[in-house]
Amino acid sequence: MSAAGIPQLDEASKKELEVFLEQEQAKAKLQASIHELTNTCWNTCITGSISSKFSKTEAQCLENCVDRFLDSSLFIVKQIEAQKQQL
Amino acid sequence: MSSLFGSSGATPDMAARKEQMKQSIQQELAIANAQQLINKINENCFAKCISKPSTSLTSSQETCLSQCMSLYMAAFDQVSRSYVSRISKERGAAPGIGL
Repeated sequence: MSAAGIPQLDEASKKELEVFLEQEQAKAKLQASIHELTNTCWNTCITGSISSKFSKTEAQCLENCVDRFLDSSLFIVKQIEAQKQQL
Repeated sequence: MSSLFGSSGATPDMAARKEQMKQSIQQELAIANAQQLINKINENCFAKCISKPSTSLTSSQETCLSQCMSLYMAAFDQVSRSYVSRISKERGAAPGIGL
């Protein structure tokens, strides 16, 4: 998004706002990933019916879920890299 | 978004205007984030608690929904913590391959 359309601000201020906006957009992207991951981990780990707290296995699963998801992601990328080199 | 740029009577100096814009942007994003969380809670807790929609919510469905809400938020906190700590760890280990 460009700040060109914002009137009554000098160049330095526009630049500053653009940088600020970029940072905020990065934050929003991070938050969106967290929402997606929570959804994935919830569906993966919370298999029983709802009670006042998580079961031991559910809590354990949630604790591991993010790290294993990211491990999987790295593993898949490595695997594809390896396959690419075999071609 | 008109509130972002609308005139508010008096003309504040540029720095104040800038701060106001920043605050508005942060506020909009915080609202969007909260809405996203509420939508996810509704989606997932409806699926968990309301297996057979009837003419109104039963009290046990309401109990389930409120327990589910706090559990989903706890899961969200756990995921946030794990994700942020993993990202900072990956950044420390391999600078340049940041996420």
